[in-house]
Amino acid sequence: MNAVVNNPVEHFQSEYARLIGELDNDPLRDERKAALERFAATGLPTKKVEAWKYTDVQPIAKRHFNTTQAAPPIDVGQVDAVRFGDLDCHELVFVNGRFNAQLSRLGDTASGISIRSLAAALADSDSGIGARLGHCLGENTHAFTELNTAFLQDGAVIEVARGVQVDKPIVLLYLDTATDTPTACHPRTFVSLGENAAATLVESFAGLDDSSENLTNQVTEIDLADNARLDHYKIVQGGGKNFHIGSINARQARDSRLESHSLALGGNLTRTDINTRLEAEGATVILNGLYMVDGKQHVDHHTRVDHLVPHTNSVETYRGVLNGNSRAVFNGKVYVHRDAQKTDAQQSNANLLLSKTAEVDTKPELEIYADDVKCSHGATVGQLDEDALFYLRSRAIDESTAGSLLTYAFASEVVAQIKLAPIRERLEHIVLDKLPQTEQIGEFV
Amino acid sequence: MLSIKNLHAQVDDTDILKGVDLEIKPGEIHAIMGPNGSGKSTLANVLAGRDDYTVTAGEILFEGQNLADMAPEERACAGLFLAFQYPVEIPGVNNIYLLKAALNAIRKSRGEDALDAVEFMKLVRERMKLVKLNEDLLNRSVNEGFSGGEKKRNEIFQMAVLEPKLAILDETDSGLDIDALKIVAEGVNAMRSPERSMILVTHYQRLLDYIKPDHVHVLADGKIIKSGDEQLAKELEERGYEWVKQEAAAA
Ligand SMILES: Nc1ncnc2c1ncn2[C@@H]1O[C@H](COP(=O)(O)OP(=O)(O)OP(=O)(O)O)[C@@H](O)[C@H]1O
Ligand SMILES: [Mg+2]
Repeated sequence: MNAVVNNPVEHFQSEYARLIGELDNDPLRDERKAALERFAATGLPTKKVEAWKYTDVQPIAKRHFNTTQAAPPIDVGQVDAVRFGDLDCHELVFVNGRFNAQLSRLGDTASGISIRSLAAALADSDSGIGARLGHCLGENTHAFTELNTAFLQDGAVIEVARGVQVDKPIVLLYLDTATDTPTACHPRTFVSLGENAAATLVESFAGLDDSSENLTNQVTEIDLADNARLDHYKIVQGGGKNFHIGSINARQARDSRLESHSLALGGNLTRTDINTRLEAEGATVILNGLYMVDGKQHVDHHTRVDHLVPHTNSVETYRGVLNGNSRAVFNGKVYVHRDAQKTDAQQSNANLLLSKTAEVDTKPELEIYADDVKCSHGATVGQLDEDALFYLRSRAIDESTAGSLLTYAFASEVVAQIKLAPIRERLEHIVLDKLPQTEQIGEFV
Repeated sequence: MLSIKNLHAQVDDTDILKGVDLEIKPGEIHAIMGPNGSGKSTLANVLAGRDDYTVTAGEILFEGQNLADMAPEERACAGLFLAFQYPVEIPGVNNIYLLKAALNAIRKSRGEDALDAVEFMKLVRERMKLVKLNEDLLNRSVNEGFSGGEKKRNEIFQMAVLEPKLAILDETDSGLDIDALKIVAEGVNAMRSPERSMILVTHYQRLLDYIKPDHVHVLADGKIIKSGDEQLAKELEERGYEWVKQEAAAA
């Protein structure tokens, strides 16, 4: 056991010292050290920091997460339960942040496609991955990203050569299972698509135990070359006490297209930051999101799109359903830089409050320094539509079913955007399972 | 079938219905006409059970049951149907699935088995013909993007499938072109039976040329101030409401 320390910075420093002692030939030695120093300078964010005003990370600061404790073994049945039906895919399974080859189903990959665990890439001195990590992290990272850099040990590296279309979706299944003391893992995903390459990546975070108080502090980097296309799905369905902090950081070259779907459907505290830089003309980002929270759950999405050059596009649609005493935060920043004429940026965030004690803080933030742009945004917070409820009830649908039906209809507008049928169907069921009268409305799906 | 006695109702503390009396026997068709804002839709909504309307006095008996005790869905199960003046658009809820759920909820409340998909679709195809509903509308979201006329036809189509005992048609004729009006009226006539009663709320005598009412009532300022037969509708068409109001004021 490590010495009892109260201060989270000291705690992470002592965990770091322990980790470093276990690593040989670490290609990231300098980066880790620098990141830890930057982290130590700020500490974990407090509510005084604007970007963390509504999200209190005290529950994380209070827990002294262990970094190196191994996960207990899990069996295939538990993995099957969170797989996406019969989706044919390249799949990497991680348990508490560590790659598990036995549980994974990578399959053969065609030439020009490389999918491997980050641990394997780091161990391979020819991979050069050490020098490339961090390439997509802009200035808008936060203390948790620094922690990720300091502590990362595993994750995935996906590289697709120019002109190659990955035949099957790539699925990263991050499973969390309870440990004796709460543990933290800091996985990193690095995706690089060459010119004209295309891929679909699913990053699914699933909690296997409601008793687990573990933290997943994950970072994804996405590098898209000219005309590359990535469909990215992030699904967080943590156990009742799980903490998830994650960020997706993308750089997009000319005519590239990133379609991001972020679905936060469970866990104690879930925070996802999405930062994308549209660095060349024709770059487009689509941001779709859905969060559904209940009880005392807390979910936070902070998105930032940097339009750096002319003729770049962003379309953002986020929806949230809140019940119980839950809380949701949405902050969508669109930053149109001075040269970014002809930017087309649309953003909307709609929230459905199913209880009087749920709370949402939604803030679109448009910073526009170019004059010839098309930008729109809208944020709404509302209850179920009384007219629609009455209409359904007048058609013999009982009140509870009618409410579920309307809630499902609201949420499914986001889910319907998911092109991969097995994933869409699974999410439809996850959404349905959160609603009363599931059986009655199951027919509508 | 329906007995309304001295019905008073409020919205937001404003009295809208101020003592409505109405008796409807099985098989009868009653037309209710009256100026804008007189309370016709309020009456329809109160009958269907909308809860932002408060009944402050009087009672409504539907087949001997006191409606005040029943939720909207229970009223629907008991055989009441409201064709809305402004049918609501419900994005994301499929039109045909809603209808199936509605029908099966009603059947269940009567102790009947749910119709399976094949039986249901057979019924749907048959009833669609009654109002010449465009098949494309079946699989769209409820009323979403429907034209005004399509919405009204969809209401009558729902009625035809659900086979209520009492149908309240709130201005189903408004917004229909001449051909659509004829088609909808034919659909309604096809649904007429000695057991089924209807209330037609309308501004236009024209509808009553196609659907012959047994009784015509004038609702003004929250009260039925005159009742008669279809001749009354013709007179209203010619002379407006003022003379009826004056007659009522004098009495
Ligand atoms: N929610 C409400 N709050 C306040 N007043 C209301 C509300 N709903 C209806 N009213 C009022 O009640 C009165 C009766 O309205 P109602 O819709 O029943 O009239 P109507 O006879 O159906 O009229 P129309 O022929 O125009 O359809 C109107 O004066 C209307 O403004
Ligand atoms: Mg009306």
